[in-house]
Amino acid sequence: MRKTMKRLSVFLACIVIGLSSSMVANAETGYTYNFDFWGDVQYSPDAYAVSDVLTAVDMGLTDRLSNPSSLFVLDNRVWLCDTNNNRIIELERDEEGKFHQNRVITEIKGNVDVKTFSGPTDIAVSEDGYMFICDKNNNRVVKVDEDLNYVLSFVKPTDTNFDQEASFLPDKLCIDTAGRVFCIATNVNKGVIKYEPDGAFAGFVGATEVTYDFMDWLWKKLSTKEQRAQMEAFVPTEYENVYMDYEGFIYACTSKISPNDLDAGKADAIRRLNMMGSNILIKNGNWYPLGDIHWDEGGGYEGPSQIIDITAMDNDVYFALDKNRGRVFAYDDQGNLVYAFGGPGNQDGYFRKPVSIEHMGHDLLVLDSLDNSITVFRPTEFGELVFRAIEQFQDGKYAESGDTWQEVIRLNGNYDLAYIGVGRALLRQERYGEAMEYFELKYDEDNYSKAYKQYRKEWVEDNIVMVLIVLFAVIIVPMSIGKIKKIKHEIDTDEFFKTE
Amino acid sequence: MLASLKKKETYENYWKSLKFSLYCMTHPMDGYWDLTHEKRGSIAAANTILFLTVLARLLKLQYTSFIFCRVYWEDVNIFLEIATVLFPLALWCVGNWALTTLFEGKGRMSQIYMATCYALVPYPLIQFPLIIFSNVVTVDEAEFYSIVSAASLVIAVLLILAAMMQIHEYKMGKTIFFALATLFAMLVEVFILLLFFSMIGQGISYFISMGREIIFRVQ
Repeated sequence: MRKTMKRLSVFLACIVIGLSSSMVANAETGYTYNFDFWGDVQYSPDAYAVSDVLTAVDMGLTDRLSNPSSLFVLDNRVWLCDTNNNRIIELERDEEGKFHQNRVITEIKGNVDVKTFSGPTDIAVSEDGYMFICDKNNNRVVKVDEDLNYVLSFVKPTDTNFDQEASFLPDKLCIDTAGRVFCIATNVNKGVIKYEPDGAFAGFVGATEVTYDFMDWLWKKLSTKEQRAQMEAFVPTEYENVYMDYEGFIYACTSKISPNDLDAGKADAIRRLNMMGSNILIKNGNWYPLGDIHWDEGGGYEGPSQIIDITAMDNDVYFALDKNRGRVFAYDDQGNLVYAFGGPGNQDGYFRKPVSIEHMGHDLLVLDSLDNSITVFRPTEFGELVFRAIEQFQDGKYAESGDTWQEVIRLNGNYDLAYIGVGRALLRQERYGEAMEYFELKYDEDNYSKAYKQYRKEWVEDNIVMVLIVLFAVIIVPMSIGKIKKIKHEIDTDEFFKTE
Repeated sequence: MLASLKKKETYENYWKSLKFSLYCMTHPMDGYWDLTHEKRGSIAAANTILFLTVLARLLKLQYTSFIFCRVYWEDVNIFLEIATVLFPLALWCVGNWALTTLFEGKGRMSQIYMATCYALVPYPLIQFPLIIFSNVVTVDEAEFYSIVSAASLVIAVLLILAAMMQIHEYKMGKTIFFALATLFAMLVEVFILLLFFSMIGQGISYFISMGREIIFRVQ
């Protein structure tokens, strides 16, 4: 009896534990999420999983990193700017996916006075091996070859467009295939500074538009000169970071925008600049590409996402890093949110002060400057399927893309992009009726209308005989009946036929 | 049995009065005068029109193409949807009667109700075909839908004005003035209702807490 009681109690305890843990699992939290049509957060299977966290020890260093601020990736090599230690660390990834230290760059060779770095904040490396280093406190961007021989430096422009009073503090840079340098400097708000390959200043590119509304203007008009001086000036905002994508367009991001402008779509946190400096980022999604759309306060976090770095893959999916809540947002070429993941914290996959994001193939590397570590993310099965579906569609393999999106739906039934993806694939295959169903499910009115227009056309073409018969029956028949009756009436009442 | 029915209780009269609502729509001045003065309208027909209006509103949610009407079903409360028609209507009738009865308005409450309902006719008449129409158009043709849909409301408002004018035997300016005044009266009514319900709530909670206190003391 006692034994059975004991067993029974153990059994009950198991049930209680089982129930409580299943309750935890059902709680509405998750690492990866999407926004649905209504803006509700829909948790998703993880698209990326942490495969490695690299600290100074893993990089083969004997001392700690100190305020590292930037990453650069080319093929299988990674460069890391260890800013406060005035050095650059070059890592290489072997075939098994492990990272090894290649070398530590602390000084350069050649015909130049200053051979060491002072607070290097960013690095870019060209295909032919030249390195461009933002040597911030030495007021230069220095170009060296693979063996660290000095080639050229890009210094403060002597142009009158450039404020000669302020010191030149290059902060972030990117380069194009011709060796032009695009650089953003602290306290420069006129846009991205552009240098020709020979080091000549070639002007500014892509200053953000200044926005102000009627109330701002009125307020300024009514205030005194002293008050105006204290007020925030209507000046363009500075960029946080730049990234050169494979097509030669510059992704630029900024976090210094007022939440109201962001919300109204008047200002963009993420911009894609062409060579003229105009923004060509496509914003066809349900939400502007600005990170989180719910800016709940709590836990010391408030306000919109602050996009601090961008990286764009060859399939036009770009990833934005939010330093406010430590999240990564992926957008596709149409500006739809593909997924978002991450958060603030100390666990692997969460960040304390993320500053830089890069991609290596489909893998992501995120640098945390407070944690002094690089987190390496690898796509999960779900993440790979999403990429495959997007890439197949871009390659024109619409049927395959549709099948892949179907598989994605199997893994995540709450994923709007997948339904629209299936619909778009069906649309390309001219299966309009089916496509309409998928678009209607996820409220994609534009694609639905495209499909419906064709569907309607086909329907009318197939049923033109029916349509004509119905038209005939509705209009011609009553008319002719009336006519016949009229003639009959005339005949009946005509004197000529009167028989008496 | 049939012989004992009064004229206004017959089906024939009901159909006639219902059909008369269409005449009112096309000939508002003439129609609304006859509505009460010639007794060509009926409350039964008014109720029917109101029912159709509510029905159009509800069916619109479900059957309009998602291009024009996207419904967050989690938040839909059918009683609230019905109330969005009935509650303003009730406020309007009460407010209008309360004001016009003081300023030489000739209409009785039931006549105000009847005339207002008759003026709602364009809403179901236009919205029902629009539900079907919405399902055969694309985004590019959406303008037609929105214009016609807005027209149904504008016509209804104009008809209400015409109806009030004839019922109360007012002139145009006075009608518009009292329509605006009625809108204000509706706000006052809402305020009084809020006050009333919060007072009732306070009163009930007073007696509940007193009862609790007594039980506590007795123990």
